[in-house]
Amino acid sequence: MGKYVIKRILLMFLTLFIIMTMCFILIKLLPLPAIREMGRDVNLILAKREQMGYNKPLLVQYFLFLKNIILYWDWGVGEQMYEALPVWDVLMMKLPYTVIVNLYSILIAIPLGLMFGIYAALRKNRWQDHAVSTLVVVFISVPSYVYALLVQYLFCYKLGWFPLTVESLENAAFFSGRMFRSMMPAIMSLGFGVVAGLTRYTRAELSEVLTSEFMLLARTKGLTKAQAISRHALRNAMVVILPMIIGEFIGILGGSLIIEKIFAIPGVGNLYVGSISVRDYNFFMALTVFYTFIGLASGIVIDISYGFIDPRIRMGAKK
Amino acid sequence: MSDNMNLPSFPKEKFRFAQRTERLHDVKLETKPIGYFKDAWLRFRKNGSAVVAAVLILILLLFAILVPFISPYTVTFRDGYYKTVLPKNPLLAGSGFWDGAKVQRETQAGYDYFNSIGVESGRTVVKSVRDRTVDPNGIVYYSIDVDSYAKVGYIYVSLSADEYRALLDYQDETGIQIVYPLQESYRTNYVMGNMGANFWYKLADPRSTSTGQAALDENGNYVPNYMLSANPDQAGYNSLKLAGDTGGEDGNSWYVYAVKNQSGYKLRVDYMEYFKFKNGFEPVFLFGTNIYGQDIFTCLAAGARLSFLLAFAISFINFIIGAAYGAIEGYYGGTTDIIMERISDVLYSVPFIVVATLFQMHLSERAGVLGSLLFAFVMTGWVGMAARVRMQFYRFKRQEYVLAARTLGASDLRIITKHIFPNAIGTIITGSVLAIPGVIFSESMLSYLNIINLETTHLTSIGTMLANGQGYLNTFPHIILFPSLFISVLEISFNLFGNGLRDAFNPSLRGADE
Repeated sequence: MGKYVIKRILLMFLTLFIIMTMCFILIKLLPLPAIREMGRDVNLILAKREQMGYNKPLLVQYFLFLKNIILYWDWGVGEQMYEALPVWDVLMMKLPYTVIVNLYSILIAIPLGLMFGIYAALRKNRWQDHAVSTLVVVFISVPSYVYALLVQYLFCYKLGWFPLTVESLENAAFFSGRMFRSMMPAIMSLGFGVVAGLTRYTRAELSEVLTSEFMLLARTKGLTKAQAISRHALRNAMVVILPMIIGEFIGILGGSLIIEKIFAIPGVGNLYVGSISVRDYNFFMALTVFYTFIGLASGIVIDISYGFIDPRIRMGAKK
Repeated sequence: MSDNMNLPSFPKEKFRFAQRTERLHDVKLETKPIGYFKDAWLRFRKNGSAVVAAVLILILLLFAILVPFISPYTVTFRDGYYKTVLPKNPLLAGSGFWDGAKVQRETQAGYDYFNSIGVESGRTVVKSVRDRTVDPNGIVYYSIDVDSYAKVGYIYVSLSADEYRALLDYQDETGIQIVYPLQESYRTNYVMGNMGANFWYKLADPRSTSTGQAALDENGNYVPNYMLSANPDQAGYNSLKLAGDTGGEDGNSWYVYAVKNQSGYKLRVDYMEYFKFKNGFEPVFLFGTNIYGQDIFTCLAAGARLSFLLAFAISFINFIIGAAYGAIEGYYGGTTDIIMERISDVLYSVPFIVVATLFQMHLSERAGVLGSLLFAFVMTGWVGMAARVRMQFYRFKRQEYVLAARTLGASDLRIITKHIFPNAIGTIITGSVLAIPGVIFSESMLSYLNIINLETTHLTSIGTMLANGQGYLNTFPHIILFPSLFISVLEISFNLFGNGLRDAFNPSLRGADE
């Protein structure tokens, strides 16, 4: 198992390195953003760029970039936005917003998703199951921004329950009820998709387990239906469901670009979209690596967690 | 055996041929053979939701294709006066639903303003007064149903001599009053801007500049504030005149319909009739207009066409690349497979938004926005398809019939294309269909975030329409409503249709996640 984990992690870093290299080269091939003349000393900026090594050969630049990251964890400074602030610091400043909104949303969504999924599986092929399954298809298919706009229109404008955008830190402490209330529309919009996905998954897994022979055996040896389901069916279904939930927890770092934009959450997603629109390459590069890393890491954690949860799979991985 | 021995012996002559002339055949099968696709179709037909979804997709496709032919508007069409007008269906006029009217809360001055437009033109602007309340300060509030088309009212236009002539000829010919008298205030310019064109009546407070209650006469009618002249044909205007325009008591106070200035003629026209004169059709916007005065119905069809085209093209290209790549991976296996799998793994791990952005930055000047978006989708999109095909190849390549084919000397290419590939066709079709909603979603998301900008004078995308309307969600929700409804129905239908196809092609996978 240990060997397998190490192999996977090494492979992940190799993939990350390749992607990072490709992105770095593609970004550096682009012309540097034009210097906005107003109130700036052009020569100073040119000198700064020279000092940062922007005029050196590509590979030398890449070497410097890697060296700065490995030795000083220095991802450069903002050039077009958050000027002269270290990219990493800004990212760490934005991260809590993204994490907290997504964390709230999955903490609410996961129990709901499990509940609906279990309910639908137990009522399989009855109207309750059909109703849940239909809703699941609808909620999985409808794009998240459509819910977000709907939530904003209904709950923020028409009913006036929540403020339009997330409160700033000056008005409300980070973990206060007021902050939570202002995040509520975003939490809801993010949650729909998670609930629907988890419901579908749970229903599929559980209904498969329910038809297996050991369930029949459990009932035959005298367990009540509730006992058999909670002790045997759910546990076996969880082997597949739990890794998915773990994946969701890692995914909260990434968040959703579009929801952050709609509700003006000052999180990582907004930073990323901002860096693209103003062409701040340092931010773009760092955030690209960040997002790629999250994607790769969640894949690995999901795979490995299968092994930890179910020893049978662990045996399989060794081969 | 012993029974046989005891049989009585038949003499040879007793045997006769039943027949010797006809050749014998097996009886031909009465029923038609059911092939792979027929089989899938039979199963698909039974899946109600998938059939409904297929019909919906067809309707949406027809909508996207046909609207440009039936709609009088184009994406380029912009009307600054009819911006943010509400959806109106000519069949439902006056029903209180989908008729272009909206309830507004107005003071007395606002009520007078909207009502006056209707009084002058004879068109209903205030469709009904829902409610009239007096607040503790004694201010009267009306809750009125205002027609968003008719409330535009009048505008000032400057026309050249030729246009002026044409307008008057049109007016004489049709007998429809388009040009209305200029107001006294026009000369003094005490109401500024276009909306001033609607103040044709005297205000209760003469010092007021633009708004205020109307001054009413003893019968409760508006008192006109038209500019008067001793010359009935001022500025050569000799066309239709208002009913009250009789030269006044002294016979010397004719209304002034036009003034001549350096560039031509300045007039005050009824905008709805003027619109008909200019464009040749009535201003009816089925889905309303957006903040630029574009017809949402037409724009939506244009955006949908773009999405469909992009999605179909990408799905097709990914199908080709993915099938070839997956076939090679799966068929040869071993080192080839490992190397190719690493490559596709790396590509798959790059977040799509990064690919889209980089392609946009690098290629949009050379290949155009749409071209670079297409490349971005193709760059990573085929990986999923390749993985599917690869799996199918692994499943079938060790089967006996493949071995038999190889023993008979079939080449690799023949085995791949003739023997294994047909087994994967169902999965591939399903995958291609299920890729379409993903592409449409990504495209609308990217254009919503303004990472790609597909909006040009004659092109628009659903994401752009949504992004443009977001700021007006509270005041004009219809701008957002129709595009988001469209994309929601589209996504749901494609997913249901794709799931139906999957179940039909591969019944053993029913209900499983793809």
